[in-house]
Amino acid sequence: MTTLAHEIPVSDIDPFSTEFLSDPLPFHEKLRELGPVVYLSRYEVHAVARYADVHRALTDWQSLQSGAGVGLSNFTHEKPWRPPSLLLEADPPRHDAPRAVLSQLLSQRRLRALKGRWQADAASLVDEVLAQGTEFDAISALAEPFPLRVFPDAVGIGQEHREHLLPYGDFAFNAFGPRNDRVTGPAKTIAPAIEWISDQCRRENLNDSGFGARIWAAADRGEITHEQAPFLVRSLLTAGVDTTVTGVAAVLHALATHPDQWERLRADRSLLARAFEEGVRLESPVQTFFRTTTTETRIADAVIPPERKVMMFLGAANRDPRRWPDPQRFDLSRDPSGHVAFGMGLHHCVGQHVARQEVTALVDALLDRVSAIELTQAPRRHLNNTLRGWESMPVRVRV
Amino acid sequence: MTAIVADATVSTGVRDLAVISARRIVSDDVVEFTLRRPDGSRLPDWTPGAHIDLTPQDGTTRQYSLCGDRWDTQTYRIAVQREADGAGGSILMHDTIHEGSVVRFGGPRNNFRLAPAATYLFIAGGIGITPILPMITQADLLDADWRLLYLGRTRTTLAYESELALHGDRVTVHCADEAGRAELESWRPSDPDVRIYACGPARLLDTVEAWGALPGGLAPRIERFAAPAASDPLPAVAFEVIARRSGTSTTVAPDETLVTALHRIGVEVLTSCGQGVCGTCETDVLDGRPQHRDSLLDDIERAAGSCMFPCVSRSLDKRLVLDL
Repeated sequence: MTTLAHEIPVSDIDPFSTEFLSDPLPFHEKLRELGPVVYLSRYEVHAVARYADVHRALTDWQSLQSGAGVGLSNFTHEKPWRPPSLLLEADPPRHDAPRAVLSQLLSQRRLRALKGRWQADAASLVDEVLAQGTEFDAISALAEPFPLRVFPDAVGIGQEHREHLLPYGDFAFNAFGPRNDRVTGPAKTIAPAIEWISDQCRRENLNDSGFGARIWAAADRGEITHEQAPFLVRSLLTAGVDTTVTGVAAVLHALATHPDQWERLRADRSLLARAFEEGVRLESPVQTFFRTTTTETRIADAVIPPERKVMMFLGAANRDPRRWPDPQRFDLSRDPSGHVAFGMGLHHCVGQHVARQEVTALVDALLDRVSAIELTQAPRRHLNNTLRGWESMPVRVRV
Repeated sequence: MTAIVADATVSTGVRDLAVISARRIVSDDVVEFTLRRPDGSRLPDWTPGAHIDLTPQDGTTRQYSLCGDRWDTQTYRIAVQREADGAGGSILMHDTIHEGSVVRFGGPRNNFRLAPAATYLFIAGGIGITPILPMITQADLLDADWRLLYLGRTRTTLAYESELALHGDRVTVHCADEAGRAELESWRPSDPDVRIYACGPARLLDTVEAWGALPGGLAPRIERFAAPAASDPLPAVAFEVIARRSGTSTTVAPDETLVTALHRIGVEVLTSCGQGVCGTCETDVLDGRPQHRDSLLDDIERAAGSCMFPCVSRSLDKRLVLDL
């Protein structure tokens, strides 16, 4: 079988460099324009950045597997930093049972039971923040505290040492990239967090009503094994916090920088769900994931050999002008349906309804209490190999 | 072999049409049908034990287990046993559905999921073999130990016997006309870790279900094929949708989705997967009975009819009123 690898454009762009992560947008455009498939010479991986090709790569699990890892590292050749996720880093058939359990547990319909409580928590948090004044940091006052207030309780973990959650998630998402400073630095001190996370997944450390308990109950019913149960709890703790922090920040940033859209939303709260989708389309908190070809795979006019990593630029796909008119605009008159901020297909983020419900609760509470929001200085980015978020976002609100 | 990553971007066209691309007689009473989308695009993902709701163009809706290859993204395979004393659905399929026929389908849904285990006992009676076939493939992929007891009236009515013969003595075929009634009790495992999956006629399933769980074990899993109620309505192919809160309405044509039709009258429904899997587009129903094509609602929720997923689902009635 011949490959046509020599016809695939080559680029030496480094998608994990500080320069790229600080401002990926110009690089995304270059990647999209080079061709449907690009070869990134620095890491010796293929890449897709256009919407149609990213959508195809996400949905064809038969040709593009997750079991060899969804980061740069190929688990066929390299040992992962922790036992692989049964959900994210798995394919059918092993993926089936874990996915079915979490998918039912985190369905939109089941999450309604928590909606009232989360709305009340959002209202309390915003009240607390405003009691301190009308200028604050949207990250440290809202984006970080709110998910931390509602999600660990929903999982049912203990109250002690929750300060490990954000650093652990940050580490995990950095670890999808290369072993650069963003990984090797924190690796020196992450061991206590890893151990704490592992402990929280044990049945005896979870309360008897949260998601954790329900996962263990699924094992009792034989839907998954008892060996699998702690790994499913681990999935929630790894992927359920930093991502929603970034999601809250993304929507707040979009609203704070588009006062006309903020006014539209104030005037018509039925746009709230759309504001969330459009906000995550624009910012794409999870910027990239990888797959590994299982066979010689054709994407558009390119043929990728088997057992090759393919890097999917979800953020680039979400701003592909081929799919989205004026993609850089945060526009509540657009239909953001079909964005790939949550991926698509078999591995479509199983927690997406958690994210929706959390973020809309918080933004709703803010809309009830403030009439305007604006940045007071340029926000500072938090650089992570995979997540696109902020370190700090000073804002001023008008009550 | 080069895999072609087929175009999977969501189309605005109707999502529940399939064409019969092959029809094959696999035993005296059983015809196998292969389904594809008219545009050849990818079919929704499924897991062993899943079934689709199939509606031939002028027939009632029935459930058929998917018995093909999950790694084939473009086809579904089902097998239909002719039931002379049934409600007529199988006779309709056998006598009027051929290559090129167009049918509508919903789901897939799975009420018969294969749980992870080291050892399985599969028991299939007659056409009950269909959900078991992909389970066997899965058990092999998971390096699980398994046995199959395949029961039938006569050998010539048993489908897929030659394929199953490839598994050697893991498979026991028992035909009533050759060997009399099977001694099911002798098959009952004494090891509580053996997971039992059974599908077939009611009397077989009643016997297996009555085994219950051994101490430290789990009860056998069974899938009963329910015959549709005689009064199941034929779906309205084109229908009127009313978006009550918006005060607008439109006709949903047979070849467009509800979401597309609503978009046309300025009612935006947020979607994500476009396949009735993720739940994002969940919409409350105020009047009219939805024709459910999603993979999410269970039978009780479907019957309640209080919500639906407009990216794939349609209407049984000529008029559907949604809370939009």
